[in-house]
Amino acid sequence: MLSANDLECVRGTRRLFAGVSFALSPGECLLVQGPNGSGKTSLLRILCGLARPEKGEVRWNNEPIAELDQEYRAALVYCGHSNALKEDLTPSENLLAAAALAGEPAGDGAASAALDAFGVGHLDALPVRALSQGQKRRVGLSRLALSARRLWLLDEPLASLDVRATQALAGLVDAHLERGGIAVLTSHQPIELRAEIRVFAFS
Amino acid sequence: MSSPSVSAAFGGIVRRDLRLAARRKSEPLFTLGFFVLVSSLFPLGLGPEPELLRRIAPGVLWVAALLASMLALGRMFTADYEDGTLEQLALAPVPLVASVGGKVAAHWLVSELPLVLVSPLLALQYGLPADVIALLMISLLIGTPALSLVGAIGAALTLGVRGGGVLVALLVLPLYVPTLIFGAGAVDAGLAGMSSAANLSLLGACLIFATVFAPPAAAAAVRIALE
Repeated sequence: MLSANDLECVRGTRRLFAGVSFALSPGECLLVQGPNGSGKTSLLRILCGLARPEKGEVRWNNEPIAELDQEYRAALVYCGHSNALKEDLTPSENLLAAAALAGEPAGDGAASAALDAFGVGHLDALPVRALSQGQKRRVGLSRLALSARRLWLLDEPLASLDVRATQALAGLVDAHLERGGIAVLTSHQPIELRAEIRVFAFS
Repeated sequence: MSSPSVSAAFGGIVRRDLRLAARRKSEPLFTLGFFVLVSSLFPLGLGPEPELLRRIAPGVLWVAALLASMLALGRMFTADYEDGTLEQLALAPVPLVASVGGKVAAHWLVSELPLVLVSPLLALQYGLPADVIALLMISLLIGTPALSLVGAIGAALTLGVRGGGVLVALLVLPLYVPTLIFGAGAVDAGLAGMSSAANLSLLGACLIFATVFAPPAAAAAVRIALE
């Protein structure tokens, strides 16, 4: 269970948002919406613990994430704006390195299955630098298919994805929610899930 | 939920960075080329006076190694910072110190170990005797890891700063001074026929000090840069 209590975020001298509160139980998905620059990314970075809120706190299973520290980090996957891929490595080398670092070592078979889930399995002979923007995004997101983490925090996962990849992602998120996972995502495009989506909108 | 051990995270980062360096060999070669060129310019500029060259060799070679190692610092974290993998390191369920330590170790293996290995060849230009050349290698072998460790703090502090390359030099060069003094001092002592044990011990102390304090400081700086 993830809860945000009265979060306030200040960037420089500008207050981006204040009084943000919500609670998500297993199986729930939160879609964060708002115009550019309204603080969606900042909220996600606070939720994953990379940034600190000016006020308020984030709790995971009723404990502040600052106290859980590594335990909390072992429960989440964060996909940010950048794909966190090494341009000189192939897609599966990237996935395997990321999985090993995350403490979920995976085999070659699992990596290619994850890439196949996003339709980029056939590109595995190429270094990531040779891929298009959308293909890189797919490779970055295929980390999700490899991970058994409870909490997914996805920042603009649909950016530069085509219709088929969007569906693949929706399928993954649905399966994740059905397993009792929690997902928070930001998006400007509509996303269709089987599960009900809760919406949080910045004004 | 499984959590990787600190040593697994350390090893994982080292392996990944070595593989990346193997894919892109040019960058470590630039550092090496710089070291070779700078230390070859002095004999050319000062003329063939064996006595003078021998006397300045320890200092010149050490300063050249120091500058070359500083040149490579910019690469330590910037690439990871720009492509988002540094965020993922910070979010991994291991202390960030372990990953930062892995990055420093890989950086030393890729950028500094080659400097140590070619230093005997360069020392020949200065007409150093064989036992002093061995001493030079030993001092560089102890000193350059300390340079990498201290440099990591500067590299992490200047993440995301415009003109970070020059700033890193200004930040880090003063901190390199003790290593330079004891490193060059050890070779100097050997050249003068004295024991260099004291200088080498102090150089070792620099390395131990840097090993203990630099990784946590660099990890804290990385966290600040990511916030």
